[in-house]
Amino acid sequence: MNAIVFSAIWGVVMMFTGLFVKNNRIVRLTAIAGLALLLLLNIQDMRGIHLFDVDVKGMLSFETFGLLFNSIAFSCTLIYFILSGRDIEQVGMHVAEYFALLFFILCGVSIASSFNTLLMLFLGIEIISIPLYILTGSDKRNLKSNEASLKYFLMGSFSTGLMLMGIALIYGAKGSFVMEAIALGNSDLTPMLSAGLLLLLFSMAFKVSAAPFHFWTPDVYDGAPTVFTSFMATIVKAAAFIAFLRLFEGCFGDMQPQWQLPVAIITAATLLIGNITAVFQQSVKRMLAYSSIAQAGFMMLALVSLNGRAKEGLIFYAAAYSLATIGVFAVLIKMKDYTFEGFNGLGKREPVLAAANTVFLLSLAGIPATAGFMAKFYMLSATIANGRVFWLVILAIGCAAISVYYYFRVIQAMYFKEGEEEHAIATTPVFKVILVLVAIVLIVLGLFPQWLLDNLYNPGF
Amino acid sequence: MIPVLMILVPLVSGLFTFFIKRDSVAKWWSLVTSLAVLVISLAGLTMFKEASNLQTNMEWLPVLGSRFHVSLDGLGQLLCLLTAIAFPVIFGATYNASYSKARSFYALMLLSQAGLMGVFVAMDALLFYFFWELALIPAYFLCSIWGGEKRIAVTFKFFIYTFIGSLLMLIGIIYIYYRTPDLSFSIDSFYKVRLALNEQSWLFWAFFIAFAIKMPLFPFHTWQPDTYEQAPTAATMVLSGVMVKMGLFGILRWLAPVLPEGFWSWGDAAAFLCMFGMIYASILAIQQDDLKRLVAYSSIAHMGLMCLAIFSTTDTGLQGVMIQMFSHGINIIGLWIVVEIIERRFHTRKISELGGLAQKAPALAIFLVTVALANVALPLTNAFIGEFLMFTGVFTSNVSQYNYIYTAVAGISIILSAVYTLNMIQKVFYGNTNTLTAPATDLRFNEKLVLIILVGLILVFGVYPQPMLELTQSTVEGLLKRMITKHP
Repeated sequence: MNAIVFSAIWGVVMMFTGLFVKNNRIVRLTAIAGLALLLLLNIQDMRGIHLFDVDVKGMLSFETFGLLFNSIAFSCTLIYFILSGRDIEQVGMHVAEYFALLFFILCGVSIASSFNTLLMLFLGIEIISIPLYILTGSDKRNLKSNEASLKYFLMGSFSTGLMLMGIALIYGAKGSFVMEAIALGNSDLTPMLSAGLLLLLFSMAFKVSAAPFHFWTPDVYDGAPTVFTSFMATIVKAAAFIAFLRLFEGCFGDMQPQWQLPVAIITAATLLIGNITAVFQQSVKRMLAYSSIAQAGFMMLALVSLNGRAKEGLIFYAAAYSLATIGVFAVLIKMKDYTFEGFNGLGKREPVLAAANTVFLLSLAGIPATAGFMAKFYMLSATIANGRVFWLVILAIGCAAISVYYYFRVIQAMYFKEGEEEHAIATTPVFKVILVLVAIVLIVLGLFPQWLLDNLYNPGF
Repeated sequence: MIPVLMILVPLVSGLFTFFIKRDSVAKWWSLVTSLAVLVISLAGLTMFKEASNLQTNMEWLPVLGSRFHVSLDGLGQLLCLLTAIAFPVIFGATYNASYSKARSFYALMLLSQAGLMGVFVAMDALLFYFFWELALIPAYFLCSIWGGEKRIAVTFKFFIYTFIGSLLMLIGIIYIYYRTPDLSFSIDSFYKVRLALNEQSWLFWAFFIAFAIKMPLFPFHTWQPDTYEQAPTAATMVLSGVMVKMGLFGILRWLAPVLPEGFWSWGDAAAFLCMFGMIYASILAIQQDDLKRLVAYSSIAHMGLMCLAIFSTTDTGLQGVMIQMFSHGINIIGLWIVVEIIERRFHTRKISELGGLAQKAPALAIFLVTVALANVALPLTNAFIGEFLMFTGVFTSNVSQYNYIYTAVAGISIILSAVYTLNMIQKVFYGNTNTLTAPATDLRFNEKLVLIILVGLILVFGVYPQPMLELTQSTVEGLLKRMITKHP
């Protein structure tokens, strides 16, 4: 509860900061301070110290799973603010509003990670989505940004409609919005219920950009200002996945065998389309958009297998993927040229940036001793433990091998190719230190994943 | 403690080397580190033989049932020793070579040594997989940064190949993990697993393809000649001398004891691959004009023979493989050193452009001939012992009805290897000098030194192989027990 209330309050605070403070630096520092406080409060929540005691009538339920994810999301956002805060200032005039919108998204994230009724799920997803439509179009003079925003908005509202329809059908079948009530007596899959289930599945697949509902992703990610793409592709996507898992485990967990096949097909399609299309990209930004689809395919494996290891794995995947992607984007924003050639010779020009970026890319590719490997390992092992969809494991392995191709293209450009120009990249020491720290965290988590996952059973560090 | 040191010393020192400012210091530092590792390994083999010194078992991933369990056992000993010898020799032989960004080069070399050591001592499947990949990553960077003209594409092919193989192995590992009685990755639990024949069959291929790509065996070998040709020679020595042994080692440590029935029922199919690859690679080697490619193809042929001998499932055969893994590592590093010296002197590797070197560089000629004869497994060289045992093993094997065919084909491949090796010696060292080779000079001190060491090892173990036989005897017995008790 702490997180939901406080993120909303701080969003409002940020809006007022925009009114009274003209210095962008102070605005940024206020946002960072607020976020640090938010993270602290959430950790207190995990430890059992609740600042706000609101009777939610069972509409929200705060479990360690959701709260731990909140902590991960807030930590990632904190790193994101520190790394890319200056770049948020570059986007346009309304710096404080951008930060406010980001806080509102975090409010949505905390609702989506702890909803207990379908209404709250809808609310959380919408609170996440609407600020994102605005942020996508925040570069007002850029035609591509406007186009992306409109596209995102139209497609997003359509999928919202689907979700509402699904919720209504499920309400019709079960007479309740509460997850426990929906889960009761689920052995018979009536037509109305299955229609509702499928609609929910499709709308959530849209939110996490799983194929074949992924068409908006490359355009929106490419069109949006790169800083916000970074946020969208990481924290928001991970939150949608947490909600997805929560919904399907809570409502339809018992009849998983009946909906496993469609989900497995969606997963397979996502893996294939994401990975294969990413190979052909010329721009690193677009490659990262497709890579986010490909990684979503891997996260979908949690939904396909739906066991204890899958839940742990999804949390871990969310952390590993978000950290690495935020890092890659933070480096990408500093580049003038978003093509692969733009990275040529970076290893010589900026050894620290290049080394950290290499760790991020290795982690995304799932090379051992990075968090990305452990994340993929959890997903594969959950799927193998589930045992029913072994073909998907083989497919996922093939796709992981393909993904090496496009992630390593960046590494090849940085180290093995000579760059033409010698322009310096403006970075601060803080930026470099945080970047290296993120890389170290990724390696440490890759060696000792239990340092994060133990929090699930033994909350609060 | 010893195995941990063998991993940690090169790892920490390698990471440190990245930050050494001066390249000459980095070069010297890495040589010292590799010598330190050699001393540690020798100490582990001779002085501190108590089990407590040779084994470390610590908590690592309790939730997953994986422990940091490393042990220097009979199977790993020879290969660890090979790794420990190889690196100082490589550093010594290439001491005159100058690399751009030399500190990164030496750092990556040391990191790959750490990875290799880890592979040979890991007693936990997940840990094994970790090191398996960790040995690959530095090699990837070494070949891609300092290699020849086509290095990027060629090395990338190599990387993707091995990565796909190791992912297949990962599936196999996870699958077996879920069948272990105590949900653990430890090798003892893996040995206890009882699997049905059809499971063993597909698991066999999942593991075998990973190992076959690494060795490499026909038809998974296409990355190898290109990579050896394009990689900087020091990295080629690591790859061909030590890293390819990871494949054979993986079969001996993991595949054969864990999946004996799969091993048994698909052994003939795999052995046919080995056999075909041996002849195929030998014929290709005869056609080569490039020294590096010639040695590369000869390596494929030799690896095929070693893999074939594993599938014989006899104690002499297995012992031969273990001894030959060591000997082949020594011999091929010797060959690469000679090739590297020739290339550095004359800026060409084309056999057709060289000639008459024996007149100008008698010492080089003597060393090359010794190493080359060892490569053909002439008696009194170390390779003879290994190959003789392997031949005996294959011939007396009773798990396959094709053992006579195998022996005959293996014999033909040895004859072919004599053809290409002697042909190479003749064209490069004898005949008349030409304009390119006329101004040749003989070896430098450090080159002589490492070659003397290598030739010394070749001759000593060729004449007196008893220590190696003793070292491998008990291991082979234990291994065979695992492979045969579950034998149908």
